[in-house]
Amino acid sequence: MTYTTAEIWTIIVIMGIGTFLIRFSFLGLIGDRPMPAFVLRLLRYTPVAVLPGMVAPLVLWPVATDGVFDPVRMMAAIATVLIGVWTRNVLWAIIGGAVTLYAAMGITALI
Amino acid sequence: MTSTPKTAEMSPARKAYFAGMRDGAPFTLMAVPFGIVFGVISIDAGLTLAQAMGFTILVIAGAAQFAALQLMVENASIAFVLLAALAVNLRMAMYSASLVPYLGAAPLWQRACIAYLNFDQTFITSIARYEARPEMTVPERMAYFFGVATPITPSWIGMTFVGIVAGKAIPEAWALDFIMPIMFLAMVAPMIKSFAHVAAAAVSVSVGLALVGMPAGTGLLIAAGSAMLTGALVEVWQERRAQ
Repeated sequence: MTYTTAEIWTIIVIMGIGTFLIRFSFLGLIGDRPMPAFVLRLLRYTPVAVLPGMVAPLVLWPVATDGVFDPVRMMAAIATVLIGVWTRNVLWAIIGGAVTLYAAMGITALI
Repeated sequence: MTSTPKTAEMSPARKAYFAGMRDGAPFTLMAVPFGIVFGVISIDAGLTLAQAMGFTILVIAGAAQFAALQLMVENASIAFVLLAALAVNLRMAMYSASLVPYLGAAPLWQRACIAYLNFDQTFITSIARYEARPEMTVPERMAYFFGVATPITPSWIGMTFVGIVAGKAIPEAWALDFIMPIMFLAMVAPMIKSFAHVAAAAVSVSVGLALVGMPAGTGLLIAAGSAMLTGALVEVWQERRAQ
């Protein structure tokens, strides 16, 4: 890294301000003014629209295996989703996914 | 340990705050490997302790911090580092907009505090609660959000510090890299409640995978946008058919 101290702090501070402004944007500026019905409809899908697309590449091409498909991680991901949909409980889904991950890792280590 | 306050004696906002703390607590687990790794690689990259901590405290957005650091190691231009890292965070504008119907009526200073704490874990956990309990008042929703952030934020910051000082990442054999996918999937799976949600998630996954080569989070933005549109259109289509 060849930046000066001032340059590094510039990056950090502008990133901090920029990130804050992104997060503040709509919530800060719109406040309690009503939003159009179709926009509200779109926004209802934010969580299911962002997270699956963010996680899918990490499941198919895990960082830890240098992008090589790993059946163990795939199984853990599927178990997490199934348990989450079935129990509607975040904690059970995490536990189920983690147990599947480590159980499958243990079994493959024994083989 | 001090004795826990009796639920019956607490105001609704206090109750919501404690419920938020309880629901946020599991995510401290996720902060452990990622906070430590960020601390370790930022020192390896040549940041000072103050710079690494400043990064984590001012930005609190794991993915963008990693992206920025990666580009800084490659000596990218400052403008490019900022552009790429902020692009990674643009999804949070969608989070900000999604909170408007629930928190828009709160005082400006509270909304500003929420904005600082509005990252993946706090947002998804809170919005799931707001959807499930439409009767919540605005102060209860605020209290819940702050409750969720209470255990997560200090552990992310604290674990970064541990990584800086310890200088050693957790061994890869522990597979802690996969804690993040598991936690994100666990957060989103219970929110899949209708065919429209399934359709949105499917579009998100396929477009996200197809555009994975696009620079710094831009593929994800397109995937998220198309998935939101899919969900909304499927919903409209189902309503028309039901009539």
